[in-house]
Amino acid sequence: MSATQNLMGFGLKILNRLGGSAMLDDPKTRKAATAVIRGATSTGFRLIGTVSRQFKSAPRPNKALRPGAAGGDLFDLTPSDEQQMIRDTVAGFAAEQLRPGAQAADTACATPKDLLAAAAELGIGSMQVPEQLGGAAGSERSVVTNALIAEALAHGDLGMAVACLAPVGVAVALAEWGTAQQQATYLPAFTDEKAPVSAIAVLEPRPLFDPFKLSTAAKRTDAGGYVLSGEKSLVPMAASAELFLVAASTPHGPALFIVESGSKGISITAEPAMGLRAASTARVRFDNVQLGASALLGGGEGDFSYENFIARSRLAWCALSVGTAQAALDYLVPYCNERVAFGEPISHRQAVAFNISNIAIEAEGMRLLTWRAAALAAAGKPFVQQAALARRLCADKGAVIGADAVQLLGGHGFVKEHPVERWYRDLRAVGIMEGGLLL
Amino acid sequence: MINLENPKKFRGLVSQAQQVAREIFRPNSRKYDLAEHEYPKELDILGALLDGMNASGAGEGAGAAGVRRDAVQDQGNRNSSNMSTALGTMELCWGDVGFLLTMPRQGLGNSAIASVANDEQLKRFAGRWAAMAITEPHCGSDSAAIRTTATKDGDHYVLNGDKIFVTSGERADLVVVWATLDKNIGRAAVKSFVVEKGTPGLELVRLEHKLGIRASDTVQFALRDCRVHQDNLLGDPEINVEKGFAGVMQTFDNTRPLVAAMAVGLARACLEETRKILETAGIVIDYNRPASVQTAAAAQFMAMEADYEAARLLTLQAAWMADNRKPNSLQASMAKAKAGRSCVDIALKCVELCGSQGYGEGELLEKWARDSKILDIFEGTQQIQLLIIARRLLGKTSAELK
Repeated sequence: MSATQNLMGFGLKILNRLGGSAMLDDPKTRKAATAVIRGATSTGFRLIGTVSRQFKSAPRPNKALRPGAAGGDLFDLTPSDEQQMIRDTVAGFAAEQLRPGAQAADTACATPKDLLAAAAELGIGSMQVPEQLGGAAGSERSVVTNALIAEALAHGDLGMAVACLAPVGVAVALAEWGTAQQQATYLPAFTDEKAPVSAIAVLEPRPLFDPFKLSTAAKRTDAGGYVLSGEKSLVPMAASAELFLVAASTPHGPALFIVESGSKGISITAEPAMGLRAASTARVRFDNVQLGASALLGGGEGDFSYENFIARSRLAWCALSVGTAQAALDYLVPYCNERVAFGEPISHRQAVAFNISNIAIEAEGMRLLTWRAAALAAAGKPFVQQAALARRLCADKGAVIGADAVQLLGGHGFVKEHPVERWYRDLRAVGIMEGGLLL
Repeated sequence: MINLENPKKFRGLVSQAQQVAREIFRPNSRKYDLAEHEYPKELDILGALLDGMNASGAGEGAGAAGVRRDAVQDQGNRNSSNMSTALGTMELCWGDVGFLLTMPRQGLGNSAIASVANDEQLKRFAGRWAAMAITEPHCGSDSAAIRTTATKDGDHYVLNGDKIFVTSGERADLVVVWATLDKNIGRAAVKSFVVEKGTPGLELVRLEHKLGIRASDTVQFALRDCRVHQDNLLGDPEINVEKGFAGVMQTFDNTRPLVAAMAVGLARACLEETRKILETAGIVIDYNRPASVQTAAAAQFMAMEADYEAARLLTLQAAWMADNRKPNSLQASMAKAKAGRSCVDIALKCVELCGSQGYGEGELLEKWARDSKILDIFEGTQQIQLLIIARRLLGKTSAELK
């Protein structure tokens, strides 16, 4: 069976699963569901072109469209029906499409294009775009929903999840902080089945990198535009990206710039790393890249917050680490029950069993910290401290979970017959990455 | 709607508990740490206050009365007594764990009575202070190995055995004693009996001298032909091999998150104090910049705070699940394990970060570090929690995973 048939089969499975769901009787849920199942109703899967497109401006609304605050009064850990449905759908995609292809993508340092297209057709990008621009965004900020999506995708594979979500992050930033003109120019493309490959570039190649002290700089030109110079590291999907969102220092502090990949002065070199290999990470150099005045995200006015941007980006990595930590736990339980040593399953030994308990405890803590910060961000409340704590926990415990997972499989964990060595490599990224993604 | 903030409706209760902790617990903390075994009479008025809160608050009080799972079923998300009790406990233990443990009429025995007593017993034991006697000299975590016997004799049971580590054993009016009807049957034969202080045959043998929580008395009892009326047996008098022990252990499903909440409160006290002391040394935590570009003290503080936050949210998760009638045995153990070990780790590191200020008796940090250790031991040690969690996750029986 060809890959395309497999993908169609998957799409039909979603359709079948959702068709029988009573939740679809609720008109509000139905609207979101329609976006999610777009892939299932499509007749085929087209590959995304690598040449730069001409971004055509949609009719420009008078003012930028902003997602509203989401929040409840009571402590609650139950996702909404809509969130649960999206989560289940994405989890199905991750299990059936990402996990089986993960090792090959890791080796190839690339996620297959038909998989990226299938992921785009799940409608995750469209969910970030306001209705007025052709998208399916609800009225509320979708940080928590995006965290659930990232978690579910990373349960399949973290590297491929990064590849799938890199463009979504750019759409999120445009929806949250873009000017009316920037939204009208770029956002409609993200509702398309051929959504532009794009990525956020923040990290720079040096030790003790601090996203609040950027070497990459944007200098004002006499013509009112900017000249961008600097180098970014581990940018996901850079070689095929049509659009970058680049963090650079300005006299007014760090800011983000929308840079089309066709601009003169951009050079891209592959930068394969310990992990995240399916996301085709690369170095991107900007040598005196000329940008128009409209390249500054938010136009230097309004409510752009670099602090919140960095914190929400870190939360995306937290959510991915939660999904991968859960994947490790789910893999270890049957393995340790089936693996026999000295006449009984190794899970009968406390040294093994307690390790499993600790993985479960820390993974659950990682999830709760990530959710708390995401929910605060969605509600428009201060969340930088909570995001920092989530990142600390996910970076520290995530790496330990990766190491423990390999250890529990012993020599089998060290070879590529099992996915745990990949999780070991991928989970290390959480404490390092800045930018790349955004919830 | 996913939301992990404390519900607004408990703000009043949390603020009351915080005032008690700040105005009454903290100022007396060192006094009763030094004067071990002396009764903290300042707490009498508080006991009365809590009685009032529990009576009027429709099960949303801050004490031991809050853990009963009422029979009411309703739809939708609930934030109820398990959560409010956990939140209140966190605040009070931010003040002093020892005082919380010796709050009049808020003993672990009260929790047992509130959780499993019948209506007649509830009425009869109302307003009494009840301690809990489980541990024996030869058995701690292995409570199914209890040797104290209960022998039926007419309308009475005759209790014989030794009980140690009974919190509030000296100050309480009642002692809930765990005893076995038949040593050969094991768990299912273990029952709990309410023994009135002054009952002939119940003898207080000694008061312990401890590492921490010195404001709370810990005693050893001897039971010698101690006759208890059958109406004082809590729960089902029959030996039901199917679910006998579960009944007794049910108390723990409800109280483990509360011990976790104690640890969370203590950890927060340590972190707040340490933050203040570090600020006098010019260390301010920057939550935007990476830990690796800040001082080692700041980086360590953030790591501790992250562990604290995980312990706190796991505790609230367990309480929230109980409020919503979801089985929470796994989450209760996860909360207890994480909170117990984190509070010890945090307290000891805070002492180190604050140097001689942390180690000396001039501040309370060294006391909190001593107090913290018990929280990783009682109501199920770290190791027992890990065992419970592992058995659940791996689907193992206690015979398979020992």
